[in-house]
Amino acid sequence: MLKDITIGQYFPGNSVIHRLDPRFKIVITIIYIVMLFTGDSMACLAVGAVFTAMMLVLSGIKLKMYLKSIRPLMPFLVITALINLFLVSSGEVLWHWKFLKITSEGVNISVFMIVRIVLLIMGTSVLTYTTSPITLTDAIERLLSPLKKLRFPVHELAMMMSIALRFIPTLIEETDKIISAQKARGAEIDSGSFTTRARNLISILVPLFISSFRRADELATAMECRCYNGGEGRTRLRQLKSAPRDYIALAVTLLFLAGVITLKIIGI
Amino acid sequence: MAILETRDLTYTYSPDTPFEKTAVDHVSLKIEQGELIGVMGHTGSGKSTLIQHFNGLLRPTSGQILLDGKDIWENKNKIRDVRFQVGLVFQYPEYQIFEETVYKDIAFGPKNMGLDEDEIKRRVLATAADIGLSEELMERSPFELSGGQKRRVAIAGVMAMEPKVLILDEPTAGLDPAGRDLILSHIKAYHKRTGNTTLIVSHSMEDIASFADRILVMNKGKLFCFDETERVFSRAEEIAEIGLDVPQITRVFMELRRRGLDFGKEVYTVGYARDLILRELRERKGE
Repeated sequence: MLKDITIGQYFPGNSVIHRLDPRFKIVITIIYIVMLFTGDSMACLAVGAVFTAMMLVLSGIKLKMYLKSIRPLMPFLVITALINLFLVSSGEVLWHWKFLKITSEGVNISVFMIVRIVLLIMGTSVLTYTTSPITLTDAIERLLSPLKKLRFPVHELAMMMSIALRFIPTLIEETDKIISAQKARGAEIDSGSFTTRARNLISILVPLFISSFRRADELATAMECRCYNGGEGRTRLRQLKSAPRDYIALAVTLLFLAGVITLKIIGI
Repeated sequence: MAILETRDLTYTYSPDTPFEKTAVDHVSLKIEQGELIGVMGHTGSGKSTLIQHFNGLLRPTSGQILLDGKDIWENKNKIRDVRFQVGLVFQYPEYQIFEETVYKDIAFGPKNMGLDEDEIKRRVLATAADIGLSEELMERSPFELSGGQKRRVAIAGVMAMEPKVLILDEPTAGLDPAGRDLILSHIKAYHKRTGNTTLIVSHSMEDIASFADRILVMNKGKLFCFDETERVFSRAEEIAEIGLDVPQITRVFMELRRRGLDFGKEVYTVGYARDLILRELRERKGE
């Protein structure tokens, strides 16, 4: 049951997008978000959609996987659409019943919002789908490294992120095991009344906390045994190197952003 | 009638995805009341998946599991009762301990069964004695105990439910030889006293060879063999081939046979080997 979690899921591959420098991928994703939120017309959104489609095709990952990324946010989408549909009062009235009414403007805006959010989720999924979590934190560390001058603990932050990501699957597995063990002792976890279930949750949380602390302790000892003392003077196994294709990708992205800005200025 | 029976039991993980894997493949077997059975298999052989079917933690993809001749999935809402009748002790069970005192932790299972306080107390103290935990430990925090003691507390937590069938998954994993012998001797004593059917999973034959009535060997999701200990050992070479540890003494006798000294018997305990060699020596002297 816990195995279905897909946060930060990564699909290994060898597409153009997989091979891009992760630092560029992060920057491109930020520009992409700006692109989606700058435009406020359907034409601008269409430009964004073309860019998204391009990314999805180039990533070489099945469309089904991207559609899956939208599913958990469905309720949010529906609520956004409904609020816009009923609360926008300008424009031609298409339908009304007592105090509820739907206007042409309302329909436009809710469609616009849904498309924008769907594009946003799919487009940003490209980043997490094509970049392994470890590479991603590496890239974040490098991108934030100027902040080191301000005494911001960039390396420590990145290390904490990688450790947290590294332990997600381990903890999921551990939780599954503890649940099974307590079920074997007759604990009702997915049946029974609300209060018994809540009480039985303790029998899962306590062992889970204890083992997390134990793991943290062991990991800290293991790191110290290997003389880990922070980022000072550390070299990396995998050096991040930018290639011409990274600059091309960045240029294409900026071109699309420029397109959206132009459309906005001329007011289409 | 067999106490536990499987018919064409098959279990597939993540069906219809690229990660699809059949962990248990058409396994049919019968376990009789009171038997002590060793379950062996390599990592990934499907033995852990198989035993999680016996108490209904996993539901078979196809096939049946019968407890006392009744399909355990006949009534889905009664599956908890099956878990009280078939006790399962997981690997490294000490990680499931959560209560403040040893007593309370052992009492967790019996309490879930809805027994009254007196009965719970009787069961907790009886199992604690069975597994060699003294009474003054009962009010201590389980987290202060040694690794071996914690393991025994966790095993007692399942034994206290007084299941008809007790299954232990690698009960000696990660213990030193002294701790291993201690736990095994307590399990043996429990089996002798209660006469309950007991299954011990292990990847080492050394652990179970000397006292199991029958041995079940899993390989790649299939039932490799399920037979009396001696007969299983007559296939020691095949068993070594599928990556399982054969007792050292058996390996010595396999080598002796290869070099032309055949005792005609399967040897898997040191004591038996000694008797066999002494007899042989005596016979030769007599000639």
